[in-house]
Amino acid sequence: MLAQVTHILGLTNIRRTRTLPVAGRVLVSPGQRVHAADVIAEADTATRHVLLDVRRWLGYTRVDEAERVIVRHEGERVQEGDVIAETGGLFSRIIRAPSDGVIVTITAGRVLMQVESRPVQVLSGISGVVTEVYPERGAAIESSGALIQGAWGNGPMVGEGLMVILLKTPEDELQRTDLEVSLRGAVVVGGHCKDPEALRVAASLPVRALVLASMSSDLIAVARGMEFPIMVIEGFGRVPMNEAAFRLLTTSDKRDVSVYAPFNLAAGERPELFIPLPTTGQMAPDSVYFAPNQSVRIQGEPYRGRVGSIVQVRPGLTVLPNGVRAPAADVRLEPETQVIIPLANLEVIE
Amino acid sequence: MTSVVDADSLLAIDIGSVNTRALLFDAVDGQYHFLAAGMAPSSWGAPFFDVGEGVHLAVSRLQEITSRPLLGSENRLQIPTQPDGSGVDRMVVTMSAGRDVQILVMGLLNDVSLDSARRLAATTYGSIVEAISLNDTRRQDVQLDAILRSGADLVILAGGTERGATRSVSKLVELLLLAARTLPTEKRPRVLYSGNQVLARKIKEVLGKYTDVEVTPNIRPSIDLEDLGPATDTLTRAVTSLRGQQMSGLDALAQLSAAPLTQTAYAMGRLIRFLSELYDASKGVLGVDLGASSTTLAAAVAGRLNLNVSRPLGMGAGLAGLLQQVQPEQLLRWLPIDITPGEVVDYLWQKTLYPASLPMTSTTLAIELAAAREILRLASNQMIERYPALNMTFEPIFAGGAALAQAATPAQALLTLLDGLQPSGLTTIFIDPYGLMAALGAVAPSNSILPVQILESGAFQNLGAVICPVSDARPGTTILRARLVFEDGNETRLDVKQGSLVPLPVRHGQTARVYLEALHGTQIDPRRRTSGGFKIIGGVCGALIDARGRPLALPEDPGRRRESLLRWSQAIESRRPA
Repeated sequence: MLAQVTHILGLTNIRRTRTLPVAGRVLVSPGQRVHAADVIAEADTATRHVLLDVRRWLGYTRVDEAERVIVRHEGERVQEGDVIAETGGLFSRIIRAPSDGVIVTITAGRVLMQVESRPVQVLSGISGVVTEVYPERGAAIESSGALIQGAWGNGPMVGEGLMVILLKTPEDELQRTDLEVSLRGAVVVGGHCKDPEALRVAASLPVRALVLASMSSDLIAVARGMEFPIMVIEGFGRVPMNEAAFRLLTTSDKRDVSVYAPFNLAAGERPELFIPLPTTGQMAPDSVYFAPNQSVRIQGEPYRGRVGSIVQVRPGLTVLPNGVRAPAADVRLEPETQVIIPLANLEVIE
Repeated sequence: MTSVVDADSLLAIDIGSVNTRALLFDAVDGQYHFLAAGMAPSSWGAPFFDVGEGVHLAVSRLQEITSRPLLGSENRLQIPTQPDGSGVDRMVVTMSAGRDVQILVMGLLNDVSLDSARRLAATTYGSIVEAISLNDTRRQDVQLDAILRSGADLVILAGGTERGATRSVSKLVELLLLAARTLPTEKRPRVLYSGNQVLARKIKEVLGKYTDVEVTPNIRPSIDLEDLGPATDTLTRAVTSLRGQQMSGLDALAQLSAAPLTQTAYAMGRLIRFLSELYDASKGVLGVDLGASSTTLAAAVAGRLNLNVSRPLGMGAGLAGLLQQVQPEQLLRWLPIDITPGEVVDYLWQKTLYPASLPMTSTTLAIELAAAREILRLASNQMIERYPALNMTFEPIFAGGAALAQAATPAQALLTLLDGLQPSGLTTIFIDPYGLMAALGAVAPSNSILPVQILESGAFQNLGAVICPVSDARPGTTILRARLVFEDGNETRLDVKQGSLVPLPVRHGQTARVYLEALHGTQIDPRRRTSGGFKIIGGVCGALIDARGRPLALPEDPGRRRESLLRWSQAIESRRPA
């Protein structure tokens, strides 16, 4: 059976493709070295328009009469006060641009102006080298290093900096008092967080990014409102950090890392903490089939967040203690404990 | 494309947001039977973005279960059946997978054509991202910005009764025209015009220069008449096409399919409409699909279908929609255990991250079934709000969805449905353990025999006959006197008190005739006369009288509430065969 995969890797090669939702400008070229927070591509999206009804305002009954007095063309850039339409004659009546903008279209004696736009930017998300450019859309970036994927992120923001590990054990809880001023500009790794004030304190320092073992779901709205990336490794509720991620993070204290925190399951966008390393690794697969000896992380009580290895995938359906029937596997936990877990609750760690 | 009327075997593929199912039907001794189901994780999203992998795995699983080779060289589906018996004669495909189609609804009056456009939008897997009508007081350029900001994939444009308003509709078209000219070609929404037919040709001509325009019959031909049927067909095709652009692999399936690919909700609706024509016209038929991302209710009376997809509202990613609409206390009230609101909410949010995960403990199973109850309640309330002429009186009710099909016991599924839907009157509740409803609906137009024979074959599990009287009497008051006469002539009499859930001594498959005497103004069934008695057939949970009241009021005191929940659960469990 096809397995869900999560990456917790000490060394791997990764390739990430970043593209704009609309056509725009690509700002990088092949071979260029980029930082995680660098803008790869950008586009302008119109946010406000003004419709100038020349025909009605100048009192014409016919469209062609109105269009004859419009002195601008589609695509033309105008400044506030520029003449848009002018009747001419001794007592000429004039319609002027209400603000700076671009004439988008002229139709039925009306002029549509775009007066405000907002840039849409795509960030690199990892430090690495641009290996491919997609004209008007974006680029692919490749790099090698350590990678940890999270279960949830608060949005496509990037934070780069020195990683400071605050948790001593996987069960630790992040308190607001742990966030001292010395952490300003750091990527902070904490345990479980249930205090919204801790997030606000982190914002006030500010930290570059916050990585949590788990978070109370009450904090989702607050986290989404933060302007720095927050990555949650296990998900919601009080769950210790899994042993694999804990080991990797605690042995990488004070390294330069980046955190990118998008979250869109269907699009395959998950938050990632990346530690660039000079050594080249191997590309990890994004999909595998369940098999014995795979390292897996368990979802769901009573073993949530525990890491073990598959002993065997059971044939047919297995009846769980609560009566639910499902395809399942025997999983060996550390120390020598073997449990039965539905395959749907296992993520293969690759 | 070929007909399936004379087909012997049929493979139905249903691509869900979490799982893909492959279902095999074949004729045995001149009767269609459901043979087996294979299931695999859907692969429409990351990392595949191609439905093919999930379909291949589900069919492979089906092959293993049935020992019937369905895949040939290079893992291609073998259609038709080969001389050696491998392969299958026909295939149909339904899907609910994909991201929401973003829908802009436009109409003349808020409570007339715009409301109809909203109801039409709710028949499919979409979200209404913007609504514009003549009642809208925003300036036209502000409306334009709202359209551009909405990111709509599809516009449903309604308005103007037949031979009614044209100028007002033209104003809406002008606005759409401005939007179409402003947007880049690939971002222009398709348009479904379902208004005054006088304008149809002109609108297709004008807007058709910029985007795809489909014209359907007027969904509001007159002020007091709404007809969503033909427009629903066209909308489903548009949504299938739009979602097909999000993922690969659908074209290859479409080429092998005996009928056009269609949406799961639409296909289920078609089955329910078909059944409502077969069954007693005075009763309605209800279909419920409790999915991972959405919940679909299809209610049909005498061939008239009301279809409503509530989204996001489901047992996977759709839990986010539930958690935005209910307070934790509303979930807690269904739990017979002592647990904090935080634990319940954390569990359900976590399930949105891992929608395929299953409950492994009794507590987490109880949390999921509590969520299922609230989802069913919200979905049925939404249905009644959209179609006020409906009430929750249907006979029978068909229910599907992993949470119900995978419930540890049929009694849990039955109680969840009763608590969530709160039907009234006489009904029989069937569970669809293999997710057959959409497949049967997809095949029904070309092979009406197959769905009927499958329904009669026992592929749907009869959970039980349920009588839900409605009474204003105080709890503890006797509201019904019941007499059951069995086929062997034996009789049983019992009194039913308001607030109780009473199991009847009817075994699975056993028939009994029930005579009820209503007391204190109790209404037994608003749709049919029951004075001469009526026949019931016991399901796996037997038969019940649910006199707990409508709406069901749970005791305020947590201790008493838990006691009631346990008592009701035990009442149904005790009727199950060992």
